Amino acid sequence: MPTRRQIIVGAGLAGGMALLPRLGQATPQMRDEAAAALTKGAAIQDGRVTLTIPSVAENGLSVYTTVSVDSPMTAGDHVKAVHLLSEQNPIAHLLTWHLGPRAGVAKVSTNIRLGASQQVTALVEMSDGSFWRDSKTVIVTIAACIDGG
Amino acid sequence: MALPPARVSMPAEARQGEILEIKALIRHPMETGYRVDSRGQPIPRHIVRRFSVAYDGEEVFRMDLTQGVAANPFIAFSTVATRTGELVFTWEDDRGEVVTVRKSLTVTG
Repeated sequence: MPTRRQIIVGAGLAGGMALLPRLGQATPQMRDEAAAALTKGAAIQDGRVTLTIPSVAENGLSVYTTVSVDSPMTAGDHVKAVHLLSEQNPIAHLLTWHLGPRAGVAKVSTNIRLGASQQVTALVEMSDGSFWRDSKTVIVTIAACIDGG
Repeated sequence: MALPPARVSMPAEARQGEILEIKALIRHPMETGYRVDSRGQPIPRHIVRRFSVAYDGEEVFRMDLTQGVAANPFIAFSTVATRTGELVFTWEDDRGEVVTVRKSLTVTG
């Protein structure tokens, strides 16, 4: 059972967490640089990739995101990696999923943070070395990085 | 009783060749390192860096995470049922903490 003092101190801490240092932010250019580092300059084609993400996200702290790729996922023809890229978060390269033929199907989901309304990009590397992408614009009502977590 | 820090949901049995959907969840703050406490001191970054899955000793899935992944990371993915064996799910964070969950899979047909 917390004492009244602990509750007051706790409330103060929670309030303090709303304060944020000024952040650097990714830019579309930084996202493109992150993509170029991943592709090592190879061309990126549109298609084969479906990025499913809400067009309006009420809470940027947790945005459910799914990427699926049109691939037979065989030993000779499969998805090797899926990267999620941001143009407005503090960092441009949010995550990478490493897949292979043992996945059976190329479909992965997770919850990401979005610090602002922006375009999110899924960049996919195939076993033949080709790169494919899909991008979606997300309007974020309450951004991550403002408070809470 | 506290819930275990990590949970994995997947079938216990499958037919050979069946694609299994697996869901994994871990309780973790995924502290970004961008926030400050009430005294203005930065709260250190504390995130899960890597999640990996081995099926009968062979890696079948891996994820590299950053502070751009939400707290209490949830991951849904798939694997093909090949043979009866054990799947080992491992989370590693940037403080060197490792959490492991093991699941047995019986493959028929």
